[in-house]
Amino acid sequence: MSEPIHIEHDVAADDYQLAGAASNNVKETLKMLGLSSSICRRAAIITYEAEMNLVIHGGGGRIAANIDQESVEIMAVDRGPGIPNVELAIQEGFTTAGDRAREMGFGAGMGLPNIKRNADIFEIDTEVGAGTTVRTVIYFQHGQ
Amino acid sequence: MTLEDIARVVGATSLCGEDKLAAIEVPKAYSCDLMSDVLAFCSPGAMLITGLTNIQIVRTAQMLDIPGVMFVRGKRPQEDTITLASDSGIPLIITQMSMFQVCGMLYAAGIKPCFDVRREN
Repeated sequence: MSEPIHIEHDVAADDYQLAGAASNNVKETLKMLGLSSSICRRAAIITYEAEMNLVIHGGGGRIAANIDQESVEIMAVDRGPGIPNVELAIQEGFTTAGDRAREMGFGAGMGLPNIKRNADIFEIDTEVGAGTTVRTVIYFQHGQ
Repeated sequence: MTLEDIARVVGATSLCGEDKLAAIEVPKAYSCDLMSDVLAFCSPGAMLITGLTNIQIVRTAQMLDIPGVMFVRGKRPQEDTITLASDSGIPLIITQMSMFQVCGMLYAAGIKPCFDVRREN
């Protein structure tokens, strides 16, 4: 691709019907660009888990993807309650999700660990009462 | 085995994508009701066996290019779930059997797990 590609989607709070549509759009764009199935799969998992976090925890927010020749950067930004203990939140099995999320098959405490596992760079910036930003990067040469 | 073979083994019927069942080879399966576990552990090419029927099952299948989904215990998904799967080209099948019975029968028929702990040890 000659020019970097930017994709951005608003994600609504508690909308379990539409949740995942933004992630599917990001994934389809990556597939259309001819990236490997491994890269597309990792990016899809990151985006989908991040999108579900916006739906379940963040009070909604924004998913953005920036794709250039070397990498895809995926960001999830919300103005939700923030994460009081990030160390705890990235441990597998820790969750604060409610019944509705569990009924949908989420809230098992695997979201952030799944995001971290599939990213080459994983950064989380959070402030209680102000919101959370998760930034990830996947480099293409690492996963081809 | 194809999805059509699998459906025959467990007496499953098609909810959508019936015309694709004979053409899709499925070497492995993953059975789970936790979508984050599916995202973490389901291997490429594995089909999903689940007791959940909401629309996020299809979203998860979309993300991982899961070739087909089987619903157990005769739980029929809502129409919006079937519509999204149909639009996405993901076949859905449904059986009256329990997840335990389905897994046992498909394992005996040669379907592999996504990770075989005995082999790794």
